[in-house]
Amino acid sequence: MPELSPQDWQAITVTLKLCALTTIILLVLATPLAWWLAHKRSTGRTLVQALVALPLVLPPTVLGFYLLLALGPRGPVGQSLEAVGLTHLAFSFEGILVASVVYSLPFAVQPLMESFRALGARPVEVAASLGAGRLDRLFTVILPLCRGGFIVAATLTFAHTLGEFGVILMLGGSIPGETQVLSVLIYDYTEAMEYAAAHRLSLGLLVFSFVVLVAVYSLNRRFDVVKP
Amino acid sequence: MTLQITARLHRGDFHLTLNDTLPTEGITALFGRSGCGKTTLLRLIAGLEPTRKAEIRFHDQVWQAGRWRLPVSRRRLGLVFQEPSLLPHLSVEANLLYGYRRTPAGQRRLHPEAVRSLLELDTLLSQPVHTLSGGQRQRIALGRALLTSPQLLLLDEPLSALDATAKREIMPFLSGLASRTGVPVLLVTHSAREVEQLADQVAFMENGRIDRVEPLREALARPDSPLFSDEGPASVLVGRLEETGPGQWQFITEPGGDRQAVRFEVSGRSSHQTSLHRLRILASDVSLALTRPEGISIRNLLPVRIERIEDSDEYRSTVTCRIEDGQVLLSRITRQSVRELELKTGQTAVALVKSAALME
Repeated sequence: MPELSPQDWQAITVTLKLCALTTIILLVLATPLAWWLAHKRSTGRTLVQALVALPLVLPPTVLGFYLLLALGPRGPVGQSLEAVGLTHLAFSFEGILVASVVYSLPFAVQPLMESFRALGARPVEVAASLGAGRLDRLFTVILPLCRGGFIVAATLTFAHTLGEFGVILMLGGSIPGETQVLSVLIYDYTEAMEYAAAHRLSLGLLVFSFVVLVAVYSLNRRFDVVKP
Repeated sequence: MTLQITARLHRGDFHLTLNDTLPTEGITALFGRSGCGKTTLLRLIAGLEPTRKAEIRFHDQVWQAGRWRLPVSRRRLGLVFQEPSLLPHLSVEANLLYGYRRTPAGQRRLHPEAVRSLLELDTLLSQPVHTLSGGQRQRIALGRALLTSPQLLLLDEPLSALDATAKREIMPFLSGLASRTGVPVLLVTHSAREVEQLADQVAFMENGRIDRVEPLREALARPDSPLFSDEGPASVLVGRLEETGPGQWQFITEPGGDRQAVRFEVSGRSSHQTSLHRLRILASDVSLALTRPEGISIRNLLPVRIERIEDSDEYRSTVTCRIEDGQVLLSRITRQSVRELELKTGQTAVALVKSAALME
């Protein structure tokens, strides 16, 4: 196997950092959202569900384009950030992190929602009546009983972020060490006709993704959602 | 010591409209047909039914005022659901102690040893949750709720998912619960039997409203009581048991004031001699005679005073009698008998009790 270049390593670091942070942020955000979608009968529910699923059907370029407008120096978010003395988010790691969170949202929400539905509201009601507060219930009832759902949500989010391309290219470009993730670097290599380098990374990504998925699904079979 | 509820709640076609005060002493039954809103009311009290149009006060605490709700976890109430909802990932002991560990030490009045012996849980502790029977699980759920030392215990048809054997197994634990632990109980049920056996007060519910709240004695003194719609009128006498011979028991009523106790012969046996028992007598098992008959197989003959005679249908009348200790005994006889014996209000007679069932 040929040696990886320093630029390859840089892209790997950025990619792993992006995937890990996206997964952590999304688990925190998606848990309450998925609970609400699974158990509350509110009029806004259908609307929110459609919004969450939007990244599944939208071309990544469309998402990237609007994020660029919003997060860029002229956009509402970018301008507010600059107004308080920060910089806008276009072509930065923080920018592609926000994009990844939006882009992978359905992959975190859907499995959690399914597993919360299977769990039902009862165990949580029981715990509440026994004096457990919100966080207490999350850690002592929901997390252990929906372990499978959380594992699937984390894996899918991580894997989906790993495979992200269009959104990042639109919003982040290809700045080494900042926004140049593996998928973008492979594109750059291919553009420059450096097929050997592109092949090296592509094959690595392919094998890595497959191994992760196999490992997690076999793990998940043992930790299936416990039905009360 | 009351629970005050004002609420309006709509779920599709169903409307719950309440402006009531419920007693919080002993066991109060919420009785009504399925779909009348009993469970919804219980969940509203528990804080599990989201609505903005409700005011709930428990003693001097505000549990809900419009949009503001005291979180369920801070109401300090015990909740037992219809199906025994043990947390499946925890052991029996961890289930039992889940709430106890979350109760501040200063508020703990009921402790594991006491609750374990009260509900006879010791043999269950080492068993895996999935090997327990429905009745055993429900006992654990009850113990788990009690161990939070609740201010109020809410029981949502805790027996309806159990078979007859499991019901019999858990009934004795329930009947002494409020008096032995000092925790007031609100019991949702559609079973008149359970009300007659367990309740001190009854709240009758119909179509999302509470019709009336009254002591069980008063509810049972009305021949048209909703409690009688399935099995016909019945009387429930309260008293204690005394063994008079092998397999022979006497049921001695608890008289009110300075009245005289009335004795009943009952056969069979009971394991709990000390506590108060309830004796259920169907009105159709009670006949009336003008004088004490001789040479008769019926063992329980009681002098009574007739208080009221009402026609229940085309052929039969329900006669409300007062026995010597002041409790009410209902008798259902034909209208023809009433005419022939010339029974009148205020008259004395002898009640012939053909069978009386000890409720356990």
